[in-house]
This record gives sequence, C-alpha cells and structure tokens, in this order.
Amino acid sequence: METLVSQLFAGLSLGSVLLLAALGLALTFGQMGVINMAHGEFMMAGAYTAYVVQQVIADAGVSLLVSLVVGFLVGGLLGLLLEVLLISRMYHRPLDTLLVTFGVALVLQQAARDVFGAPNVDVRAPAWLSGAVQVLGVGVPRTRLFILAMATLAVVALALALKLTPLGRRIRATVVNRDLAETAGISTRATDRLTFFLGSGVAGVAGVALTLLGSIGPTLGTNYIVDAFLVVVVGGIGQLKGAVIAAAALGLLQAGIEYSTTASIAKVLVFVIIVAFLQVRPQGLVSVRTRSLA
Amino acid sequence: MSALWRHERARLLVGVGIAGLLLFGLAPAVLSDFRLNLLAKFCCLAMVAVGIGLAWGRGGMLTLGQGVFFGLGGYLMAMHLKLADAGPGGVPDFMLLYGDGTVPGWWEPFRSPVVTVLAILLLPAGLAAALGWAVFTRRVRGAYFAILSQALAAAFVILLIGQQKVTGGTNGLNGFRSFFGYDLSDPVNKRMLYFVAAGVLLAMVLVVRLLMRSRYGELLVAVRDQENRVRFLGYDPARTKVVAYAVAAGFAAIGGALFAPIVGIISPADVGVVPSISFLVGVAIGGRATLLGPVIGSIAVSWAETSLSERFPSFWTYFLGALFVVVVAFLPDGFATLGRLRWRGRRSDEPAGEPAAADEPAPEPATSGRTA
Repeated sequence: METLVSQLFAGLSLGSVLLLAALGLALTFGQMGVINMAHGEFMMAGAYTAYVVQQVIADAGVSLLVSLVVGFLVGGLLGLLLEVLLISRMYHRPLDTLLVTFGVALVLQQAARDVFGAPNVDVRAPAWLSGAVQVLGVGVPRTRLFILAMATLAVVALALALKLTPLGRRIRATVVNRDLAETAGISTRATDRLTFFLGSGVAGVAGVALTLLGSIGPTLGTNYIVDAFLVVVVGGIGQLKGAVIAAAALGLLQAGIEYSTTASIAKVLVFVIIVAFLQVRPQGLVSVRTRSLA
Repeated sequence: MSALWRHERARLLVGVGIAGLLLFGLAPAVLSDFRLNLLAKFCCLAMVAVGIGLAWGRGGMLTLGQGVFFGLGGYLMAMHLKLADAGPGGVPDFMLLYGDGTVPGWWEPFRSPVVTVLAILLLPAGLAAALGWAVFTRRVRGAYFAILSQALAAAFVILLIGQQKVTGGTNGLNGFRSFFGYDLSDPVNKRMLYFVAAGVLLAMVLVVRLLMRSRYGELLVAVRDQENRVRFLGYDPARTKVVAYAVAAGFAAIGGALFAPIVGIISPADVGVVPSISFLVGVAIGGRATLLGPVIGSIAVSWAETSLSERFPSFWTYFLGALFVVVVAFLPDGFATLGRLRWRGRRSDEPAGEPAAADEPAPEPATSGRTA
C-alpha cells in the first residue's frame, strides 16, 4: 500500500511538472501550429528570474511570490518579442519555426551562460515549504505538493480564462477555424500575440516552480522540452483537457515503469508506448473534429 | 559555358569532376595530416546531411533524430573495434573497469567484421523503416513526426548513458587502436580512411541523384507537396516516405560508422538532441532541396565551427543561433538557390521550392463526407 501510494505520488508529481512545462506549449502549438523550441529557454528565464529576485528580496517566501509574477512577465515578454520579430513572418511554414526558435534557444542559453556563469545556481525555498507531509503513511515533500497545487491552479485559471473571457473565446475560435474566426471579425494577429504572451508567461511560471526542485543552469530548458512536446502530442493539439490527462498518464507511466526497471529503460519504454498509442489515435487523446484530411 | 551548363548530364559530369578533384586531388595535396583528418570527420557529418537532404529537403520529413542512426552506426562500429583490439576471446578495457569483466552475449556477434558491416548497413535502416512504417501509415507527419524523432534521440541518449556497463556511459567508446587490421596510429592509414570517407560521400550523392532522377524521386517530391493528391492517384505515400527515411538513416549510420575510427570516439555527446538538430543547420544553409547544397553547407558549417569556436567559444554559439534564424527566416532555400539565381538570371522558371507547405493542413478544399 505504502509503495503504491508513494509511486502514485511520484508519478503525479512528475506529471505536474510536465504539465506546467507543457501548458504554454499546448496553447501556442495548438493555436498557431508553431513549434517553439525556445519554450524551454523561457522556462530557464523564469528560473533565473527567481534567482535574481531572491538576490534583491532576501525573504525566501516573499521572493517566491514576487518571482511568480515577475517570471510570468519575463517569459511572456520574451514570447511576445519572439512572436512579433520572427514567428509572425513565417506563418505558413510551421516546421521552419522550429528551426528558427531553436536558433533563438541556442542564443538564450549562451546568454544565460555568459551572464550567470556555466555552473548551476540555487534558489532557497521558503521555510514553509521545507520538510514533508504525511499522506496515508508516506512522507511527501511540501515542495512537490506546492508544485502539484500550482499546476492545478494554472490549469483551472487557464481553463476559466479560455471559457469565460472574451480573449478566451477568441483563442478558441482561432484554434478551431482560423479563417472563419478572421471572417467573423476577430483579429487573429492580435489573438496570436496575446496567446504567445500567455503561453510563454506560463513557461516563466513553470521555470520559477522548477527552482524548488533543484539547482538551475543554462540547460534547464532542454531537459524538459522534449517531454513537454510529447505531452502535447499525446494530448492532442489545442486542448487543455488532453494535456492534463497526457501529463498525468506519462508521469504515472514513467514512475511506474521506473519502479520495476531503471529510469533509462523506463524512458525508452514510454517512447515505445507513445508510438504504439499513436497507432490507435494519431491525433492524440482529445482532438478537434475537422474536415481536413491531415 | 552557359550552353554547356544547361545540359543536365554535362552539369553532373562537371560537378562530379570538380568535387573529385577537390576531394581527391587538392585536399590531400595541400592539407596537413591533422587538417585532412578533420576533413574526413566533416565528410562523415556531411553523409548525415545528404540523408537529411533526401528525407527533409525532397521528402518534407523534418527528422530531428538523425543522431540516433549516426550513433547506432558509430556504436556498432566501435563495438567491433573494441572487441578487435581486445583480441579473440578478450574483454574490452572499459568493461573490465565498469562491468563484471565478461562480454555480454549480444556483443559477441560483433567480433566478426562481416556481421558488423551488415549490421551497420541493415540495423539503423531497419529501425527507421519500422518507426517510419508505424507513424507514416497512421499519417503522423509534420510537427508530430519531428517531435517523435526528437523524442527518439532523447530516449536513445538516456539509454546509452544508463547502460554504462555495455556502452561506456557518458564517456562513450574510445581508444580504438586498429581498423579492420590496419593500425590507426599510422598516418598512412589515417589518410586511407580519409579517402574512404570522401569516396563514400561522393557515392552517396550519386545515389541520391539516381533516386531523384527516377520515378521514385518524382513521387517523393509529389508526396512532399501534395500528399493527399498522390494518395488519390492510387499511390501509397507512406511507402514512399518510409524508403526515403530508411535511406537517410542508412546514410547517417554509415557516416557514424566511419566517424568512430576517424575521430577515435563515439559518445552520447555526438548523438543527442542538440547534435541531431545541429545536423540540420548545414543542410538548411546549403539548400535543403538541392543535390550538393547539404554537402557543401554541412562541410562549410563544420569547418567554420572548428576554426572559430577554438578562438571564440561563446561567440560561435551566438553565431550558430543567428545563422539558424537568418537563413531559415530569410533564405529558406539556402545559399544554393542564390547561385541558381545568378546562373539562370531569372527566377520565374524556378519551381516553387517550398517543402514546408506540405505540412499545412490540406490547403485544397476538403472533400465532403470525410471527418478525421
């Protein structure tokens, strides 16, 4: 029982990290078909934001809360800049955006290395996040619980924003049918920009959250980007629901297989399972019904 | 000159002649042994680029995981070299260090050079064919395929690092002393390796040209530009794509297999996600859909990297990043098309070289009654 609970929690915890990393991607990839390889570097920027904020504000608790806000803005503005300067120019070449953003990612990584140095740096977690909570007889680190809560909160906030706000309505309309949305008077250009801001902002927040789990370095983003993309692919594009289920499933799967074999074998098996899954549902778990032949 | 140039066959002869002269005449004559060895390494990387040019440039499949096939070829070759160095029945040095001092059963067949060469030619291409079959028949393509191939690279590296006892972990396999019986410390043999690499590279370019001149080549480009129309004409686009992907994987594997003895090491750092994407930059810069563009672009980028990054390590990364951005955003067909503009003098007769258009969600009017 205890091992089951602890494995279950390990899986959910991994899933919540994946979800935070993938949420922003699900938005931008879903709406614009843009593969943003720099998304991981936006997370890294968020993480370093937390580090910088902590240099200014000594109290770890206050600095964490401030970092969450500033991290969102930093990630969001980076994303906005990227969208306006580059991605908007390459609208009908989604695969090329991948290469362009990879170039941007390289530059950002090197910039981080030059500014903050190659060695990893640490961000102190506030006192109220240290230690563990007993859940069903298993000690669960408070930081992990916090990240789980943050992921939940982020999903709920995004879901509500998409469902209730005018911007959310415009985003959903653009995802389903860009041309029709444009015809209906929605400025898809403005919507794209705001979506990118929002999605990249979530990446920044995810980066701040990652500082609670370990030290941060210039390559922080590359460690998560591939898994985050897999979550989006398995989940189906443009759907929060799909991303949530996929992140939880991949987290649990990874933790479950890891328990009986090793981490490296688990990774390979998860990949094989994903390819097998795509045989059954090539468009992912949740897909928008379209008439396109793709 | 210009009349001659218009002749397709004459152009090929001139091209092959110039390439042969450069690779086999000029380079060995003017370059030091060290530089020649570097050029041999660049030739191996260019082999991967030729494959990417076929799969991505002509076939529209953006593969972000060629490092996997490059690595498979390299590791297969390295296993044989380690076993050969250890002698009959011997155990490679790193296994004594990390493992329990016995050679695992699945290593044993690679004592034989014949098995090794066959494995290098068949295993990576077979893996690519299997993966390609699985995804292309289910119409997984575009960004989805790119991400899957990238995930394959990530999983491969994690597997290599995790299984230190049989793969050498992060250190990889290194310290080879001989190559099929030839002493690797002898400069003459190093030179021979260069000629082998240059010859293989040239042969690959000719194979791609033959493929592209054939009916198959026409079909591949058609699949890239309008997959659905090809399907409606009664062809199976999946089969066409699988062939190109498998050939690209085979080329990458051969490149990796020659890379290991030429450079003297194959490690996870050569085959991961970032090197896999870096393979693309030379292809993009040279011109992804051209015959020689990927080769020239790849060699030029490798050369620039080696000569620049030693002096300005930080500058090089910025430069590489900027290259990606500028070339892909503003010169999507690479430098090869700049040359074509000058030779032909006008652009209007050029076919629209826009491979990525194939990944748009079906621009033609959707046929009624079908829902995905």
